[in-house]
Amino acid sequence: MGQKIERDYQRFRKIVRGKVKSSLSKYITRGEMIGKKGNDLVSIPLPQIEIPQFRYGRKGTGGVGQGQGQPGQALTPPQDGDRAKAGDQPGGHILEVELTLQELAEILGEELALPRITPKGRKNIVTTRERYTGIRQAGPESLRHFKRTFKRALRRQIASGTYSPEEPVVIPIREDKQYRSWKEVPLPQSVACIIYMMDVSGSMTEEQKEIVRIEAFWIDTWIKAHYKGVERVYIIHDAVAQEVDEHTFYHTRESGGTKISSAYDLGDKIIQKRYPPDDWNIYAFHFSDGDNWGDDIPTCLEILQERLLPKLNLFGYGQVESPYGSGEFLDYVKDLTDGRENLVVSRIPDREHILESIKEFLKTGR
Amino acid sequence: MSLAHTPYDTTLPPDLRALQKEIEGYAREFGLDFFETIFEVLDADDLNEVAAYGGFPTRYPHWSFGMAYEELKKSYDYGLSKIYEMVINNDPCYAYLMRCNHVVDQKLVMAHVYGHCDFFKNNQFFAHTNRKMMDEMANHGNRIRRYAEKYGEDEIERFLDICLSIDDLIDVHSVAIKRRDEVSRYDFSIEKEDDQPRATRFKSKPYMDEYLNPPELLKAEEEERRRLKEQLSKNFPERPEKDVLLFLIEHAPLKGWQRDVLSIVRDEAYYFAPQAMTKIMNEGWASYWHSTIMTTKALHPSEVVDYCDHHCGTMAPYRGRINPYKLGIELFRDIEHRWNTGRFGKDYEECDDLEAKRTWDKKLGLGRQKIFEVRRIHNDITFIDTFLTPEFCQEQNYFSYVFNEQGQNYVIESRDFQKIKERLLFGLTNFGKPWIYVVDGNYRNRGELLLRHEYNGIELKLDRAKDVLVNIQYIWTRPVHLQTVVENKPTLLTFDGTEHSSKTLGDSDDPRKHSSAKTR
Repeated sequence: MGQKIERDYQRFRKIVRGKVKSSLSKYITRGEMIGKKGNDLVSIPLPQIEIPQFRYGRKGTGGVGQGQGQPGQALTPPQDGDRAKAGDQPGGHILEVELTLQELAEILGEELALPRITPKGRKNIVTTRERYTGIRQAGPESLRHFKRTFKRALRRQIASGTYSPEEPVVIPIREDKQYRSWKEVPLPQSVACIIYMMDVSGSMTEEQKEIVRIEAFWIDTWIKAHYKGVERVYIIHDAVAQEVDEHTFYHTRESGGTKISSAYDLGDKIIQKRYPPDDWNIYAFHFSDGDNWGDDIPTCLEILQERLLPKLNLFGYGQVESPYGSGEFLDYVKDLTDGRENLVVSRIPDREHILESIKEFLKTGR
Repeated sequence: MSLAHTPYDTTLPPDLRALQKEIEGYAREFGLDFFETIFEVLDADDLNEVAAYGGFPTRYPHWSFGMAYEELKKSYDYGLSKIYEMVINNDPCYAYLMRCNHVVDQKLVMAHVYGHCDFFKNNQFFAHTNRKMMDEMANHGNRIRRYAEKYGEDEIERFLDICLSIDDLIDVHSVAIKRRDEVSRYDFSIEKEDDQPRATRFKSKPYMDEYLNPPELLKAEEEERRRLKEQLSKNFPERPEKDVLLFLIEHAPLKGWQRDVLSIVRDEAYYFAPQAMTKIMNEGWASYWHSTIMTTKALHPSEVVDYCDHHCGTMAPYRGRINPYKLGIELFRDIEHRWNTGRFGKDYEECDDLEAKRTWDKKLGLGRQKIFEVRRIHNDITFIDTFLTPEFCQEQNYFSYVFNEQGQNYVIESRDFQKIKERLLFGLTNFGKPWIYVVDGNYRNRGELLLRHEYNGIELKLDRAKDVLVNIQYIWTRPVHLQTVVENKPTLLTFDGTEHSSKTLGDSDDPRKHSSAKTR
């Protein structure tokens, strides 16, 4: 998208979402376009703002069409022409789709004012790079193209006769100034990795797993929206941990005891093997009900402190409220947060708190 | 100013450049006459952007262009529609091609473009348009950007929203008809106020004065003279003025930058108006020529199917409204056929013999010549008015439809020629929008603004009208009134700056009558 239209487009989106006060808000309509996906008709949301103008009402108006039909026969309202066709087909129905995840993530970002994850430190996640390829008439002074500006000023002065070779003073005026302009070039270089760890032990009820999945999903969507080519690792654990694919992570049912250290240990091994921290920005999120096997806690904390935290940009621990068990693990982890910026703890009592929890995780801006 | 200043790479690749040369040659052979035409190729995304700006990548910033962009982009992304071409009325003409289009499509588009360019250059309704609009638009963009920098983007946006809400209140024919003298800002010759009107006094000795000049009579005469004077004094505006924008620019208490922004919006409205006035003809003409050039010259046998597919897609008739491409090309062809065979004039029209009419052919061969003439002197309204025939409407299966209040839907009204023509012309007259005039800039002698909706049987959308009044009031700063008709009753809508009111107008103080007396 060009820089210019991007600004106008974002401005429009902001007005539509009520982010900017505008006297036009009452003219926002939730329009739609009817598209086709395979055999299904789909509705593509298309919000519009109509600037009020003097217009005729509908009463007494009409127009001219082309085709078959007798006088008196109903004509589908012109603006809904396409939809009528759908009605003619048996069982024709319109699927409400297409708010792409990308768009959702953007909305999420705007609505919650989430800070973007901008890793500090030596390695940036690079998704786009500006390449200065063009020239524009306007721009910041820091981008002024000296040579072009000078040449234009010189040309103007020679043309207007104000240049004297004896005293060659060339002074650029506003019209002479030329500025570099850039184009964003995506760099397909992935340098970030996210590790999702989930406790799937018997004490985690379906509802709790659901909460975890929703939260993980949104964090994932958010990060995917901002960084291209982010690698992801999914780990589930009860008493033992295993790496799984995305689908399994979101759909598995397990039961058994709980040994959180198994997940941390596996996570650490995967980092060592595949994502050397010198080259990767690594994020890890662990979700559990905090009910761990007692003897395991010291091991967990040790792995966390000694092995994981030094390698991570961020470690997020999210604890869902459990009807069983103590939930004591949260307190242990919390004790470690002092003086550590890259460790965040969040409690998620129910679905209502998912948004809040996401904010807690991402607000550090690491 | 061209896209060369933008970060796009728009150079025409060699194969397309060769094509351009070929097609341009055909166009000239057929007698098309156009400004130099510069083709630029763009990717879909960039083309959508340029299209959102109405073809001018350097246009002033406004969210409405972002809105247009979203629609274009989404409908492109979902394969609902795609832009094949854009042509800009400018000297040189700029035309944009989509990079990913097939060669046959590019050929078609180029042929189509030369049709448009010829139309821009030769149709009389474009005669007044600025042929350096590329530069002018960039200039407008710069001015508005500068104001935004100086006075704040929100301020400028708010004002632009208001301007765009009335940018259709112009008088498209004023460019050709001189309706009044230009008002000069530097005209300081204020009329001398002849203080008070005095009654004629007869000379008299003081003791006789009371009898020779009775006070009651003097008073009555003074009254009469004052009345006469008021009647004679100039109306403001002298005649109802349709160019509401111009009236506001000249008389509203605007700040310098506001006046400039409003002028920019007005300039652009006048620039774009001829395109709306000749949509059917312009598209018809361009389609006629792409069809003629492609089928007689440029088309390679292997491309026929793709060409037909594309051509038919564009020409498909719509049920709910007019397809300007279809109506335009068919009517041009009909005219060509009629003038080739001599099916016009008294003899033909008065002929009662249906069979003779059907096979009528005087072998005049005037068709080509005629359509060139038509493209020069007509606009859509006169085009339809002059050349639409009952036979044509029947052949093309046209019908008229009307809004049905009971079912809140549209129903087919008639297949009667007169009715169809009437509906068509109504939709084209004043762009199918209501007529609004400035009637009085000093209404009730309080500096209030009185507008009149020229009622022609169809009422205004009331909520929109009220909001437009709010916008005009913002510009005028004093209360603003609109005479219109609401639910069959003459009504005066008023917005005084804080609240709306509406008053049904009785016969006694009907300002419509009042003003029509004023307008002479």
